[in-house]
Amino acid sequence: MTTAPFDKAMPLGKGKLSHTAVYWIGFCAVMAVLIVAPLVLPIFWAKFLTEILIWGLLAMSSDLLIGYTGMISFGHSAFFGLGMYGAAGALLQTHPPNLWLAILAGLGGAAGAALFVAYFSTRLRDIYFAITTLIFSQIFYVIIFTWTAVTGGENGLIFTRPHFSLPFLVDMRFNVLTMHWFVLALVAGSYLLLRRITRSPFGMVLQSIRENEARTRAIGYPVERYKIVAVMLSGLFAGLAGVLYAVQNEFAAPDFVFFVTSGDTVIFNVIGGIGTLVGPIVGAGFFQLLRELMSRVFGEQFPYLIPLGFIFIAIIIFLPQGLLGFARRWLNR
Amino acid sequence: MLQFFQSFPLDLLLIQTVNGIVSGLILALVASGLTLIFGIMDVVNFAHGELFMLGAYLGVVVLATTGSFWLALIVATLIVAILGAAMQIVTLRPLIGRDPLNTILVTFGISLILQNFALWEFGPVARKLPEPITSYFTLFYLQYPWYRIVIAGLSAAIIGGFWLFLKYSKFGVWIRATTQDRVMAQAMGIPVPWVYTGVFAIGAAMAAASGVLFGPLGSINHTMGLDWVLKAFIVVVVGGMGNLGGSIAAAIFVSLLESYAAIWLDPSRAVIVSFVVLILTLLFRPTGLFVPTPK
Repeated sequence: MTTAPFDKAMPLGKGKLSHTAVYWIGFCAVMAVLIVAPLVLPIFWAKFLTEILIWGLLAMSSDLLIGYTGMISFGHSAFFGLGMYGAAGALLQTHPPNLWLAILAGLGGAAGAALFVAYFSTRLRDIYFAITTLIFSQIFYVIIFTWTAVTGGENGLIFTRPHFSLPFLVDMRFNVLTMHWFVLALVAGSYLLLRRITRSPFGMVLQSIRENEARTRAIGYPVERYKIVAVMLSGLFAGLAGVLYAVQNEFAAPDFVFFVTSGDTVIFNVIGGIGTLVGPIVGAGFFQLLRELMSRVFGEQFPYLIPLGFIFIAIIIFLPQGLLGFARRWLNR
Repeated sequence: MLQFFQSFPLDLLLIQTVNGIVSGLILALVASGLTLIFGIMDVVNFAHGELFMLGAYLGVVVLATTGSFWLALIVATLIVAILGAAMQIVTLRPLIGRDPLNTILVTFGISLILQNFALWEFGPVARKLPEPITSYFTLFYLQYPWYRIVIAGLSAAIIGGFWLFLKYSKFGVWIRATTQDRVMAQAMGIPVPWVYTGVFAIGAAMAAASGVLFGPLGSINHTMGLDWVLKAFIVVVVGGMGNLGGSIAAAIFVSLLESYAAIWLDPSRAVIVSFVVLILTLLFRPTGLFVPTPK
């Protein structure tokens, strides 16, 4: 209490901006760069950037679990994949294909998968949670891979990209630029929403579960329910990433439901820095850039995952906070 | 109803029982390596399946150069054991005392490296190991290969030998002491870091040995590791965590169910049976099926 006037006087010295101001200026600067970037970049790199944003969204969704709740999910491919297939299904059923219906269907699919996974795997903790999410995502993979009549089996589903439409206002075809801006808008919106969630009372409870689950339970919070909601929220955002990926690439394939996608998601998080929300996007960018770079220098067949695996292990041992770990406290303030 | 029982393929059921027990014992060997590492070190070895795969590939290579399957079994097992020890020293030892979740991440990194190394070195085409014993005996109308019975026996023998090792040898006593109380064991002069290294090497050796033994039954490719580590994870969860006896029982149980399901279902879908067992276990008995009820 006695320090209150002191605090008020101190941090706002002459010429110094408050934390909030710096944060929003930084946010706007990054947004401005991301908005302008596709105008300057060649088409390939513009698409590449869009894809990084989508992978970043997937990684961010999983950060809600890894970084804020302390549960490692090795099953995010299931949510991502269900989002993809949900969107594909909706686009193939409706004439003309409707973007918003696709998003709705993808989110619905991801939510269903998330409910299923959350209900069962939150019964277990730590390592067992990680293992069961992995096993559940494989269940979805086996179903999608073998149910050829509905999912197209190994070949997946191919469709045409829907138009961007708002009733009575616009109806236009996506091009590389507008697709990028659309993805950017959704990813930035998701980021702000996730940031709001992690700073809300609900997010605080999640972080207290991460720090000390037994004590959180003892205080009287229904930990299981919080975990289920956390997994479902995370699944929804992962599903949105799946929808965007499907719309961007005009297909849904079983490969993306396979474990590799979940593994990549975990790598993005660890490289970028868990518990920062921004870090996973940076991690996704780092991963994709390195991969592109290596396949250009050493050829397509080069096993880029070997050097990336070494980097990944080195980061866990020597830099456990990830690339953006130094900014973690600042970003969450 | 009566018709159903009359049409019940009793002979097929018996054949599948034998099949289930054989594959169950291989799975038990894989899973007991995993359980051992987990029970003692609190490390979930995500790379366990890749060690299995590496064992099988090394078996192919050694067999091609020496021509002896049994030599291949021993050499591959030893090489993978040394590799396991090196992995533990380089990557897991710095993590002792950190959140155990870090270990699953690191071993996941190792599995990535090993899997892509195998793809790079051996190519995407599946390899085969020839059976060392080619004689058959008659099981109903079927010529059943002796080799399967031999593997089942060998797997059981390795597990049994390991149990004796834990029970009577000096290193085994060290391992059990470390499991019970790491700090106390250290205080009594047991070199705990080396116990960890040894345990990891033994676990890796068990994975490699089962890889070579399984080789002749299926095809060897760089992605087989994930299938096996998944199965082993299921078995470890169903059997009760870190519990050796439970894992062995669960391995045989799950494999039996899968091979019965293969009578009526397509084999690629029979896998779902083990998923269902896992879900039911999580629902009704999350501590594991084959352990005494916790008080």
